[in-house]
Parts: sequence; C-alpha cells; structure tokens
Amino acid sequence: MSVTFVGMPKFPIAAAEALANPQLRRNLRHATQTIRAKRAAVVAEVPDWAELRTAGAAIKDRTLRHLDDYLLQLEENLTAAGATVHWARDAAEANRIVADIVKSHDVKEVVKVKSMATQEIFLNEALEAEGIEAWETDLAELIVQLGHDRPSHILVPAIHRNRSEVREIFLREMGNVGLAAPDDLTDVPRDLAGAARRHLREKFLRAKVAISGANFAIAETGTLVVVESEGNGRMCLTLPEVLISVVGIEKVLPTWQDLEVFMQILPRSSTGERMNPYTSMWTGVHAGDGPQEVHVVLLDNGRTDVLADTVGRQALRCIRCSACLNVCPVYERTGGHAYGSVYPGPIGAILTPLLNGVEAGPVEASLPYASSLCGACYEVCPVAIDIPTVLVHLRSEVVDSHRDGVPTAEAIGMKAISRIFSSPRLLRVAQRAGSLSRLVMGRHSGRISTLPPPFSAWSSARDAPLPAQESFRGWWVRTNGGHSSGEPGRPEQIRTEPGYSTIYESGPDSGASGQPMYGSASAGHAEGSDASGPGRAAPGPADQQ
Amino acid sequence: MRVALFVTCINDTIFPEVGVATVRLLRRLGVEVEFPSAQTCCGQMHVNTGYLREAVPVVRQYTEAFAGFDAVVVPSGSCAGSVRHQHTMVAASSGDRSLVAAVDTTPRTYELSEFLVDVLGVTDVGAYFPHRVTYHPTCHSMRMLGVGDRPTRLLREVRGINLIELPAAAECCGFGGTFALKNADTSIAMGTDKVQAVRSTGAEVLAAGDSSCLTHIGGLLTRQRAGVRVLHLAQILASTEEQPA
Repeated sequence: MSVTFVGMPKFPIAAAEALANPQLRRNLRHATQTIRAKRAAVVAEVPDWAELRTAGAAIKDRTLRHLDDYLLQLEENLTAAGATVHWARDAAEANRIVADIVKSHDVKEVVKVKSMATQEIFLNEALEAEGIEAWETDLAELIVQLGHDRPSHILVPAIHRNRSEVREIFLREMGNVGLAAPDDLTDVPRDLAGAARRHLREKFLRAKVAISGANFAIAETGTLVVVESEGNGRMCLTLPEVLISVVGIEKVLPTWQDLEVFMQILPRSSTGERMNPYTSMWTGVHAGDGPQEVHVVLLDNGRTDVLADTVGRQALRCIRCSACLNVCPVYERTGGHAYGSVYPGPIGAILTPLLNGVEAGPVEASLPYASSLCGACYEVCPVAIDIPTVLVHLRSEVVDSHRDGVPTAEAIGMKAISRIFSSPRLLRVAQRAGSLSRLVMGRHSGRISTLPPPFSAWSSARDAPLPAQESFRGWWVRTNGGHSSGEPGRPEQIRTEPGYSTIYESGPDSGASGQPMYGSASAGHAEGSDASGPGRAAPGPADQQ
Repeated sequence: MRVALFVTCINDTIFPEVGVATVRLLRRLGVEVEFPSAQTCCGQMHVNTGYLREAVPVVRQYTEAFAGFDAVVVPSGSCAGSVRHQHTMVAASSGDRSLVAAVDTTPRTYELSEFLVDVLGVTDVGAYFPHRVTYHPTCHSMRMLGVGDRPTRLLREVRGINLIELPAAAECCGFGGTFALKNADTSIAMGTDKVQAVRSTGAEVLAAGDSSCLTHIGGLLTRQRAGVRVLHLAQILASTEEQPA
C-alpha cells in the first residue's frame, strides 16, 4: 500500500494552496524556527557531535548490510522472551495481523502510542473498517485525530495548529468521543494539556489492548524501545493486557550498546532536549508486570526495495527525528500536508518515492523536485543521510521513467541545451541569437518583465535579465583577454569587430585536445582595437540595470 | 602555475561583466589567467533536473576544456560544487571508463574566494568600494564547498566598504535551478523572505558569489523597485577608485 494520502495532487499544486494560508505560514515559521534554534543550541554543546553522527550512520549501515541476520536474531530473542513475532510484507498484511489479534480479545477499542509505522500502513483506518476504534494518545496526534485532520510533521503532527485552534477543536470534539473539555477551557497550554490528560486517562484505564511502534529493536536481547516526551506512551506500554508493536524492519540495532549513540543524537536532533524524558524498554513478557501478551509485527512495506537501491538505501538510516523538516526552507513555508504523504519534509521527499516508487503517482513523481537542494537537511541529519544526492538520484529516475514515451517539452529542451553545451561553436551561435533578442525584448529597461509559458512561472514575480549584448567569450576574443581595451556589451562592436568570427571559429571545436585557444597575450588577436598594456584591464561592466 | 578561468555559462551569456571583473582582479594579483574557449557549462542544470544522460557530454566537454591546467578558478560556488561533487557521479553513471579517468585527472576547480584565500593567500585584494553592502552566502558555496568566512574576510578588507550582516543569511534564497520554475510559488515565497531580510539592512548593494542566486533575488528586487542593486563578489573585489563597480 502506498504511503501517500489518497487523491493528493502533486507537490507544486498542494504547496501553492498552503502558501496562500497566512495563519499556516505564521504557525510554521514560529514553530520551526523555535525548534531549529533549540536543536542548534544543544547540538553545539556536544564536542563529539561529528563523531556521534558518523557512528550513527556507520551502525545503521552495518546493520542494513546484515539485516537478514539481525532480524532473525531479533525474532529468536523476542520469541525466547515470550513475545509473538509476525512478519508482514506490506500494509495489508500488517493491518490484517493487528486486526485479528485485537478481535481475538473481543474488544472494540485500542489505545495507541504515536507511531509512524502504523500511520504508514493507515492502521487506524483499517481498524475502523473492522469496527475497532483506535485512540491516539500523543497530545499532537490527539489534536489531529479530534480535528479530523492529517498530521503535518513527523514529530509534532499538529505543528500547523496554534493554541487557539487547539482550544476550538477540544471544545468541539472531545465530548463526541469521550470526556468533554470543560466549557471554560482557555488557550493557555497548561489548561489544554490538562483537558487532554483528563480525556485520555479514561481511555488508558479502560483499554485492554495497546498498539505502538518502536524507535529501536535490539537484536541481541529482543528488547523494544519507545522514546517519547509525554508519558502517554508509558501508560499504553504498561497498563493494557495486550501490547502489539508494529516495527519497520530497519529499526533493528545489533546490540544494546549501540543505543548509546542513538540516545544521544535522537533527543537533541528532534525536540532539542539533552536527554529524552520517557524512554520505555521492554523485552517480551514479564509475569505479573505489564502486558501479558506481547506481539511484534515486523513490517517491510517497501523497505527491501529501498535496500536494493544503492543510492537510496541510506534513507533507511532515518531515525525519524525531524531535524530536516525543522530546518527546511521549503517545509517552513508549505508545511507537511503539501507533501501528500505520511512522511513530509526533506526525508519524506525521498522516503515516499523510495518506498512507493517514482512511478506510483503524481505525488511520488513530484516530491524529488520539492527541494531547492540547499543542503540544510543533510547538514543537520544526525545519521548523515545525503538527502540532496538522493533527491537528484530520484529525479533521474523520474526522467528515465518517461524516456520511452512522447518526449515532454522539458525533455526536448534539455536535450537541445545538452547539445549546445557539448559544442562551443553552437554555444556561440546561441549566444549571438540571444543577444539579438535584446532588440525585441526589454531593450529600454534592460530587463524582461513578462515571459511566455513555462517561463512565465519565473516572470510572474521576478524580472528576468536579458542576454548580454556581447558574451564573455566574445569580449575575450575581441579584446585579447582584456589586454586591449573594450567593454563587454557594445552591440556595434559585436557586429563589426574585424576578425571576431574568424578567430572564434578557428577555436573551440578544433580544440578537442583541450588546449586553450586564447591563453596569454601573445598573438595579435585584437587587431583593430586600440591596444593598451597588460596592466590596463578592461573597463567595468556595462550597466544592465 | 597555469590557471584557467571557468567563467560559467550564465556569466558567459548573461553576465560577462562578472567574468571581466574576475580577470581584472586576478590580473591585478599577478595571475595571468587563461580562458580555454572549449569550455561551456558544468552540467549542473542537467544533473539537478534528472537529465543525467544529457549531462554526460557536457561533463566530457568540461574535462576536455580544462585538461593540462594546474588549477581552474570559477566565480561560482554552485558550479564549483557541481564540478567537485557531481562530475564523478555523472562519469560513473555513463559507464565510460575514459570519462571516469578524465574526471579524475581534471585539475582542481576552485571557487573564487577559495582560490584567493587558499591558493594566493590574500584577503586584501586592493579593492575600493565605498558602499553599504550586505552579503548572502549561497547554499552551495557554504554547504557543498564549505567556503566558510572566506568571502566575508575578503569583503572586510575592501577599502571604504560598509559591510552589514544579513539576517537569516544562511537560509536559501529559493532559486534552486529549475526549482525556480517547477516550484515557482515556493521559490518566490522563499525569495520574498530573503528580499525582506536584504531590505531590512538598508544596504544599497547585495553581494553574493553566484550569479544564479543573484538573478533570482535581483529579479525580485527590481520587480519591487527596491532600489537595491545586486553585484557579484568578483565585481566588488575588482572595484577600484579608477574603475569602480
């Protein structure tokens, strides 16, 4: 099953809608900049951050290289500790397994720990179809669920909401599904948290079955680890009788000691905290303590396909910290919904098309382009996923997937430009044609304010520059590399300068040896111009303003 | 040392004054830079848009143009980043061993500020530019190449300059090559915030080391009739009393 939301348009269209929402822009700007600054401060405190980052990437890479071994070891140790292990190839299998376990206990509701894996397989929707209600207990997930909304961030899924919107949602919705919010609820965070706590406590104490994901699964001990900030996870993991954990197969770590690295990099990268507030670890079943029936569903759902992609497989290192979202200038402006996927932001822009394939739909084909390739995501990633490189790799997959069909205007243009850039002679011809375009476009202002499609996308808000009257290479030839006087951009000289064409055409394409044709000032290339000494460089640029 | 200028396709075609300024600057510092006319483009637009196959002949052209030099200097962080970080990948994808070897033996390509500070060992280049200037560190020079504070060290030594720090300087301007067209709305939103930061400084000149980013930011500035002009770093560093930028 796809990790994208059904019916989502491609990124540019969804982004345009989000960009037009001033409240959303303000909420996102405030939230991302706050978390960004917190993260930067606590990361700067760690003297060996670079080494931790390298270690995190290396541990994950080593694990992924031997994933088959570690998964079997995990299964063995989980089973030995009294847990039941299930293997799910895809979302449908995982949802079937979970629903069957829940139904075997004859219950109509479950409580949930925040989990990306269960979102990825749309477990709540699958359970609902079987008559089972799944209550999200993470505060932000609760806001999203009560608001009949979609998460817009991996870590803070209600980042797009401000507190007055949260108050309205609580007042309107809580009473429909459980304990209502008090009528005098304010939008003070403490009050909102109090209302959520009372609403959730009723569900925690009643639930017989809980569903979680896991941040880490330790192969050598069969221990699952959940890292959270609110304590709701701890309630779900300890109070109910039955615990079902849906765990992506890339979550395995070989040894207990490997956690040392991740427990340092995860909290600082995600919430900007030095230490994680609630870290729950459990190893199978303990008689008389906690859930007495423990299930672990190991989920593939496209992960082995990602593993087979030598460039893309680094995305499986991801520990879902969201540092890349918080620092991304695109995410900051569009928010998470525009990505049309459970995984938004820069990591989503690679993970979604990697898991589903770039040909799965318009969302998958557009996400690799939803980045300016500024590199801020790579810089902050605690496991050094080179997101820009993977994006470029996926873009080439998108382009290659269309090579057999009717070529697009873009593909035709790119091929033409490739030919021009493979031949200095063609480039010169194109530059001359470009210079001539000055005669018809914007010759008064020196800039272009309207362009035809698709370049109208540029000129809708930005002026475009005109091609120069004389190219740099034209100037170099005419002035003998600036040793003779001459400013670039004098049209009368472009056309009349003696020797320009002949000199030029003797050059580039015959220069396949790679030797420079117009090197130092030796030959008298600049006949006809008033030669000045080598110390006298060319005058300044022509003013194009 | 034989030093070649890689002027870049955008400067060659649209902003030749940036190339001229680079030549003047280097010549003033005693470097008789050569211009191999077989050069065209680094191929970044093709690579970054997904046209890896079409980038192969462009990369080959680059290796042929600059073979035999000791160093290549380019007034662009983005193009230097492409040469240093993408050419190997393009060559590998082509399956052409001779191209892989050619990329390996192509001389090192330096972004202008790297060349000035690291190779020539200068920060005072003898420039004069008595204006209020703010500097935008472009993403690829900062994050792909790691030029660090080299450009601002160079700018601080310019006589007469009033260099003002740009708020949120490290944030992308939103150009991003074909991103500016494919995701124009997001690109413009990012650029508008950058322009707001530029205007908040009261600077009369915005400087940067990449003509591509300056085309985007400058296009927004002139559309808004902001009264701020954009100049490439090379133009400010080349500027003197006799030949002001």
